[in-house]
Amino acid sequence: MRDAVTALHGATFIGRVTVADGGLRGMVTLRGDLAAPAMAAAAQVIGLTIPAQRRVVMADDRAAIWMSPDEVLILVPHAQAEATAAALTQALTGIHHLAVNVSDARAVLRLTGSEAALRETLAKLAPVDMDLFGMGEVRRTRLGQVACAFWMVDSSTVELICFRSVARYVFDLLAVTASDGGAVGHFG
Amino acid sequence: MLILTCPYCGVAGEETEFHAGGEAHLKRFGPGSSDDDFDAYMFARKNPKGVHFERWRHVFGCGKWFHAARDTATLQVFGTYPAQVSGPPQDILDRIAAATSAHAAK
Amino acid sequence: MSTRLATGGSRIDRSKPRRFTFDGAGLRGFAGDTLASALLANNRMLVGRSFKYHRPRGIVAAGVEEPNALVNLGTGARHEPNQRATTTALFEGLTATPQNVWPSLDHDIGAVNGLFAPFLTAGFYYKMFLYPRAFWKHVYEPFIRQSAGLGRAPAPEDADPDTYEHFHAFCDVLVAGGGVAGLQAARVAARAGQRVLVLEQTSHWGGRAPVDGGTIDGQTTEAWTAATLAELAALPNVRFRTQVMVAGVYDHGYVLAHETVADDRPGAKGPRHRLWRIRATRIISATGAIERPLSFAGNDVPGVMLASAVRDYIAHYAVSPGDRVVIVTNNDDAYRTALAVHRAGLTVPVILDARPAGGGALMAEARAAGLRVETGRAIAKVLGTKRVTGVAVCAQAGEGAVLDTIPCDAVAMSGGWSPVVHLWSHCGGKLIWDADRAMFRPDAARPPTDHTGAGFVTCTGAANGALTLAEVLADAGATGQVDAPLEAALAPVWMMPQGAGPKLRAKAWLDFQNDVKVSDVQQAAQEGYQSVEHAKRYTTLGMATDQGKLSNINGLAILSDALGQPIPQTGTTTFRPPYAPISMGAIGGAARGDVFQPIRRTCLYDWHEAAGAHWEPVGQWRRPYCYPRAGETHQDAVRREITTVRSAVGLLDASTLGKLIVKGPDAGRFLDLIYTNMMSTLAVGRCRYGLMCNENGFLSDDGVVARMSDDTFLCHTTTGGADRIHAHLEEWLQTEWWDLQVYVANVTEHWAQFAVVGPKARQVLEKLGGLDVSKSALPFMNWAEGTLGGVTARVFRISFSGELSYEIAVPVSLGRAFWDALLAAGAEYGAAPYGTEALHVLRAEKGFIMIGDETDGTVIPQDLGLDWAISKKKPDYIGKRGQERLRMVDPDRWKLVGLETLDGSVIPDGAYAVADGRNANGQRNTQGRVTSTYFSPTLGRGIAMGLVRRGPDRMGEVIEFPKLDGSSVKARIVSPVFYDPNGEKQDA
Repeated sequence: MRDAVTALHGATFIGRVTVADGGLRGMVTLRGDLAAPAMAAAAQVIGLTIPAQRRVVMADDRAAIWMSPDEVLILVPHAQAEATAAALTQALTGIHHLAVNVSDARAVLRLTGSEAALRETLAKLAPVDMDLFGMGEVRRTRLGQVACAFWMVDSSTVELICFRSVARYVFDLLAVTASDGGAVGHFG
Repeated sequence: MLILTCPYCGVAGEETEFHAGGEAHLKRFGPGSSDDDFDAYMFARKNPKGVHFERWRHVFGCGKWFHAARDTATLQVFGTYPAQVSGPPQDILDRIAAATSAHAAK
Repeated sequence: MSTRLATGGSRIDRSKPRRFTFDGAGLRGFAGDTLASALLANNRMLVGRSFKYHRPRGIVAAGVEEPNALVNLGTGARHEPNQRATTTALFEGLTATPQNVWPSLDHDIGAVNGLFAPFLTAGFYYKMFLYPRAFWKHVYEPFIRQSAGLGRAPAPEDADPDTYEHFHAFCDVLVAGGGVAGLQAARVAARAGQRVLVLEQTSHWGGRAPVDGGTIDGQTTEAWTAATLAELAALPNVRFRTQVMVAGVYDHGYVLAHETVADDRPGAKGPRHRLWRIRATRIISATGAIERPLSFAGNDVPGVMLASAVRDYIAHYAVSPGDRVVIVTNNDDAYRTALAVHRAGLTVPVILDARPAGGGALMAEARAAGLRVETGRAIAKVLGTKRVTGVAVCAQAGEGAVLDTIPCDAVAMSGGWSPVVHLWSHCGGKLIWDADRAMFRPDAARPPTDHTGAGFVTCTGAANGALTLAEVLADAGATGQVDAPLEAALAPVWMMPQGAGPKLRAKAWLDFQNDVKVSDVQQAAQEGYQSVEHAKRYTTLGMATDQGKLSNINGLAILSDALGQPIPQTGTTTFRPPYAPISMGAIGGAARGDVFQPIRRTCLYDWHEAAGAHWEPVGQWRRPYCYPRAGETHQDAVRREITTVRSAVGLLDASTLGKLIVKGPDAGRFLDLIYTNMMSTLAVGRCRYGLMCNENGFLSDDGVVARMSDDTFLCHTTTGGADRIHAHLEEWLQTEWWDLQVYVANVTEHWAQFAVVGPKARQVLEKLGGLDVSKSALPFMNWAEGTLGGVTARVFRISFSGELSYEIAVPVSLGRAFWDALLAAGAEYGAAPYGTEALHVLRAEKGFIMIGDETDGTVIPQDLGLDWAISKKKPDYIGKRGQERLRMVDPDRWKLVGLETLDGSVIPDGAYAVADGRNANGQRNTQGRVTSTYFSPTLGRGIAMGLVRRGPDRMGEVIEFPKLDGSSVKARIVSPVFYDPNGEKQDA
């Protein structure tokens, strides 16, 4: 029918880091025993390995994010989410699991800028040791007053997800935090 | 503000990432139980000054419930462990015993 | 007079003059000045009036411990009271006014309080204003309110224009204090590979060392400091920062520190203050020591200053506090001040050393410089009122007989040094009394402990009682060769002279800011106050904004002496964070304005806003209460919206309803335990209304459960209930029934959900086209998945209004588009949106309960006539045992009924029904209360639901509800279902 829209309608803020609407992203919650051999079937469906504890596995337009010992969030192009969930359900037939399309439950924000500025921006809002946070890691935590998760795509890009209803709050909070003049200089 | 280590995701997070859930290792008394048993289960929750076993949820993290063994007076944390047990694991009991005897020695 | 010296001043830049205003007068200083040094340079010694007696007060200190020089800083929205002039960096255009003065600083009418000083002694509040009783309200309280308080609060209409932020930092070792001890400790930790963060509260490194002299390995302390900083700067594992004050140490190594980022640049971009939220594995408190005043009569007269402050002003700012400076001391350190004053070309008429034998090498140096030293001597009293004019000298051992009078315009006093043990003590570190040095210092055997049970704070340097340069370095782990004069021991002097009588004691100040004198503390002891914590509160000693940084130890010693017991037996008061005041803005951080708190928005938020919605907060969600049109009141709009639903079709944004997927082989079994109803028997494609209780038996949530497939259920929760119920399900799954194979996923925010409600609802959906929504294809309490208007949707035939109703869920990304399509399709049927108030009235007309209205955490489903939704067959569900308790099955419980007023009016919300007789407190007995009450436009009258004792057994009976105005309203007990009791419409 019509085009799907994001919560932030493509908003962008340019400050010491650029905060941008990360666009529509297909997301599938997969729950099951991640350590079970049967998960190989799921890995095959998504074309990615099942991530280890607190890791994110990325390739092209897909990612698999470790959420808990029995939960992975799978990121695919928006239009493929429903099919991915169905394929996972199919592949895991007979195994206790849950695969459900939750694409629109969360908003994706994309932060770009210098690595130091990115780390600093997050350190202002999340109780996370940003000295030790590295590539390939995902951190689910608190950003201001809401839940979020973030990971580094590369040294100048962070992706962050939050629930869709608070996307505006998170965007505004990041914009306030990344405004000019607030450099701490803690990460160089 | 406490630091707790979530045994599921391995994050040593600050207290604001967690939600306290009261006494751990409750024995549930449901239909058919005596009034006394139900009363004790429902209302007589422990709140000791000293070693306590508690439920916590990593609410801003992996969302899992876990258990923490903690001294409510000194705030020493003897350990955290998954919730799917009916009693604290031996290594944590050993740590508590060691701390208690060290304290007594003082 | 105080003035600027022609040369010197390590911190000022004479090429950068700065204009500022104090008390309306335009003054000049230099870049690098503090407001205090600039005021002194302009001969402004008198800066304020004291709290209680409005005595003239001058600058006493040069740092954070300053008790007197508190000013109103800034103007308009940037006005801020109680700012310490000694820590305020001077900047161009700074505007300050004195506090607690009226009508002016020079002529303060409140000084008359001094005449009443005998009545304003310790505990005067408790004694003075008791009688006559009537005087409190009309005389005493207005007077106290007029004269109490320091500073002026900013005007309420002036929002703080500045911004603030938080910053989370982590380190292995946090060093608080950038003096010699702190830098040396940082070096040791850094060399060991630790991640180190060094924070210094001032703008300068090196602490007191540059002023106090001495050399380390032949280097001056300045050179040593610069070399150490250079070494640290080269290390990747060390960070250091000035203008950050460690304010508090908390459990498990949590530390709050306050950074002043732009106080001297009002209006600059970026935050004014930053609150550092630090996690440190170990904290090294290298916070130094604070000099103590001496207690002699007139020690609060402007011009009497701490000896260390006098030499700080000379060395850092080239400011002379006076031409003739008398030194009075009980230790060697104050001789450094004498020498500094002398070398600045000023006069030291006399050094009064209370010790009979005087001091060591420094005394010899002073004498060699030609200075007059009198040992065993004390100040009997200070002469002068608004400024020191001289001192009367007496023997320390005597009662104050004047031996000599010496003209002077400043007095530099030193009563010894107290380690700054605040950070050690905040989290429970214990202190020991060091009698030799007359100080409390940290007891290393009893540190505050962290989550591992180990001590996590150590003090080093002066904070640990190591006062000389050699001791400091050794304490901080250095092996360098120190060259500094050996110092003779201090002699404790708590009262000067030792035998001072009542008249002198009543003029000897302990706490300058709260106006507490030696006589007050002695009086408290006489009146029976033995605990230091009680005496503190009774006298208010140490309870001002400086938290007794100068006064605590002196006050404690006086109290101990009055009680006739040693100081350690009296103990100390508790040190509490923050170490010095921090701004409220910093505490709030970024959370202000639009991001004060998260607001949850549905995908229609902007549409609702454009449609003129009046918002209602529901948890963190914002939902439209109603959509008033031009000329409509909210009440008009609500009535119109209800009529639209009942007569045509209404559209509701129900996206906020919680939606949880419950899947697994044991999902049915699990839901049978969670809900009071039987859910395992629900057929695929069907919906069932379910109730959730807590283990106590009380109703906690409700909603419709739809079975998606054999092993999958979709559970709807109330708005705002999703997270709570999700956590509830996970808690039971993870901590009690972990053998069940069930997964729960919260999909609330993936779906936009819209209710299409009213007799024409089906026509609207048919117009959209797609899924067969006929009665036969999709009967009441069924659901189906298909396309509607080209969008894949789930359609639930459920009703919360009693009308023909569909709830349609589509992915949120398409929610707005689908809503627009619904509006377009519904236009010809008179479709209009309705808000939460219409929703409430519609459900109340139908007798449907609302969680939070009919329930309050003490109501069981049986109270609400919901027995039909409670399975009798199930052996167990959460709350079943609780509901079996005697009190829960008591037939006298208040139960749900409808209430119909005899006069058609609306019963006030929350009204109670009175019963005969009175209770033990003389109040009318009650027999019920209103839980929901509305005007029903459908029925044209007031309707209500309420809980009434044995209500369902009393149909037709009339009960009475008193109103606030004294009148009452009568209502008949009726069925709660006012509308379509047979449910024909919703089943249409």
